[in-house]
Amino acid sequence: MSEPRTLLAIDNVSKKFGRVTAVDSISLDIRENEFFALLGPSGCGKTTLLRMLAGFETPTDGRILLDGNDIARTPPNKRPVNLMFQSYALFPHMSVRANVSYGLEMERLPSAEIRSRVDAILATTELVPFADRKPEQLSGGQKQRVALARALVKRPRLLLLDEPLGALDKKLRGAMQLELKRLQHEVGITFVIVTHDQEESLVMADRMAVLKDGKLLQCDTPHAIYEHPADRFVADFIGVMNFVPGKVSADGVIAANGARIMGKVPAALASGAPAVASVRPERIRLFPSAETANRTSGTVEALAYHGLDLQLHVSTPLSPKRFLVRVTADAADRRPVSSGDQVELGWDAADVRIFEE
Amino acid sequence: MTRISRSSLLMAPALVWLTALMVVPCALVLALAFFRRGIYGGIDYTFTLENFGLVFDPLYAGIFLKSARIAGTATLIAVVIGYAAAYAIAAAPRRWQPVFLFFAVLPFWSNYLIRTYAWIVLLNREGLITQLLRWFGYTGEPPSMLYTEGAVIAGLVYNYLPFVILACYAPLSRLNPELAEASRDLGASAATTFRRVILPLTVPGIAAGAVFVFVLSIGNFVTPALLGGGRFQMIGNLVYDQFLTANDWPFGAALAMALIAIMLLVLMAQALAADRAAGRAAEVKADG
Repeated sequence: MSEPRTLLAIDNVSKKFGRVTAVDSISLDIRENEFFALLGPSGCGKTTLLRMLAGFETPTDGRILLDGNDIARTPPNKRPVNLMFQSYALFPHMSVRANVSYGLEMERLPSAEIRSRVDAILATTELVPFADRKPEQLSGGQKQRVALARALVKRPRLLLLDEPLGALDKKLRGAMQLELKRLQHEVGITFVIVTHDQEESLVMADRMAVLKDGKLLQCDTPHAIYEHPADRFVADFIGVMNFVPGKVSADGVIAANGARIMGKVPAALASGAPAVASVRPERIRLFPSAETANRTSGTVEALAYHGLDLQLHVSTPLSPKRFLVRVTADAADRRPVSSGDQVELGWDAADVRIFEE
Repeated sequence: MTRISRSSLLMAPALVWLTALMVVPCALVLALAFFRRGIYGGIDYTFTLENFGLVFDPLYAGIFLKSARIAGTATLIAVVIGYAAAYAIAAAPRRWQPVFLFFAVLPFWSNYLIRTYAWIVLLNREGLITQLLRWFGYTGEPPSMLYTEGAVIAGLVYNYLPFVILACYAPLSRLNPELAEASRDLGASAATTFRRVILPLTVPGIAAGAVFVFVLSIGNFVTPALLGGGRFQMIGNLVYDQFLTANDWPFGAALAMALIAIMLLVLMAQALAADRAAGRAAEVKADG
């Protein structure tokens, strides 16, 4: 397979607002035709970074290269980049068709071409029956599709989406996640989505970047980030993680109660340094075999049934915080547990990640 | 107590007020217009339509047209200046906006007459503007600015500008700033964004402000009396003159009625336009 081509290179970009550094020396490559997610808690700088890509903010420092050309100072109406706004920002005085045509009219295309391209995108986004409506007469999901159609019809090199599913209810959100992926595949445009919802980026993104306090913590595939988080923050932010605080030893971490958690110690951590050992809830087994590397006993404090799996909250002597354990529905059927039961927990050394505290 | 009787009770004071001070006087003036002028002033109570005929006399019709032209020019200038000011205020940081609005309406705190007299101080031949020109080295004849049509327009614009600012500020401040960004993002220049997105969405404010200025200007008699030359600058002066100098109350009443008719037409046109805009939206809604 050939090496994927870099479409957009963010090169050491910083943005300061007065004394506040919103984006701090971020470098990222976004590849042709990928679905890329910028993920982080609110205030992490992801929206500022997105607005710099759209052209609404100018970097204080650094370059933004689109196909090798620096566009950091190009105004928003002169770059082949479109943004789908969080508020959708549909023009309330224009019909759906007029909203979608607007961007092509700005390119001064012949009206026949505008018509056919608008018709095509309205069909793709299933908006044909609503073409003559005003935005106020649309549901949230329909508005979202108009916003998407309005940006896609321009055939941008890069489509930016700011919290595109934030305003939708949970069920619709799930459907739209798949819809967005399908559309991205169909139109073959590079998508960059900003979200604070880690589940959303895990589901949709080919690759994602995790940001915090304006800094890039990690950039990789969702699988790599989930399985090998760069630090404790990423481990905690993406998915659910059980942490055991302690001190670094030769082959793992020694917990406060003296128990040894076996796992691979990163080279950067010196023996005796404070550290946390961590393990994902789905990697923990109930009633493990005797040769399992890491074992502990605990008391089931609470149970939460989620249909597909059963989530147990187990207090253990390893950590003051309860462990979260996910047991598949059929494992739970084979050996039922209930609140107050004494259980044995076990997990492999390979599933342990150790981070600096 | 039922809902209807309670709301009519709440409305009663306003209704009494309007009836006593608006409807009754207007009806009296209207009635007056159908009588003859007495030979030595006063009123001769015989029915006639000739007062209304006289309104269309080229002499008086011309004053109506001139009034409309002056009011129209003042409206146009006030809208341009007022919209720009409202735009700047709406674009200012949120916490400064009430301060700027306060300054915009500050002139309202002083008397209309005093504000108009201030323009005399500014515009007269040895006034502030002339002195300022001299200070910059101008040595020629002082410009004659007072007692011109321009002075009347300036006075009207100055007095009614705050209405336009307030009327335009309301829709501008409610506008989602992302709409302008979306327009830029889709490839529009700043000018196109203004023309196709910002302006259409703020037209109701402009219309409200413009109608306000026009209606108040066309009937105005203080500003043309103080700042304009000649006796009959505007229709308001003519009405004033018929009642208080010429002592022809019936003709004055007919002129006043014609003026009210013009104002009503302007207001109806605005209401109709607003109604049609709302009706169009409702129609599409019912359709969907």
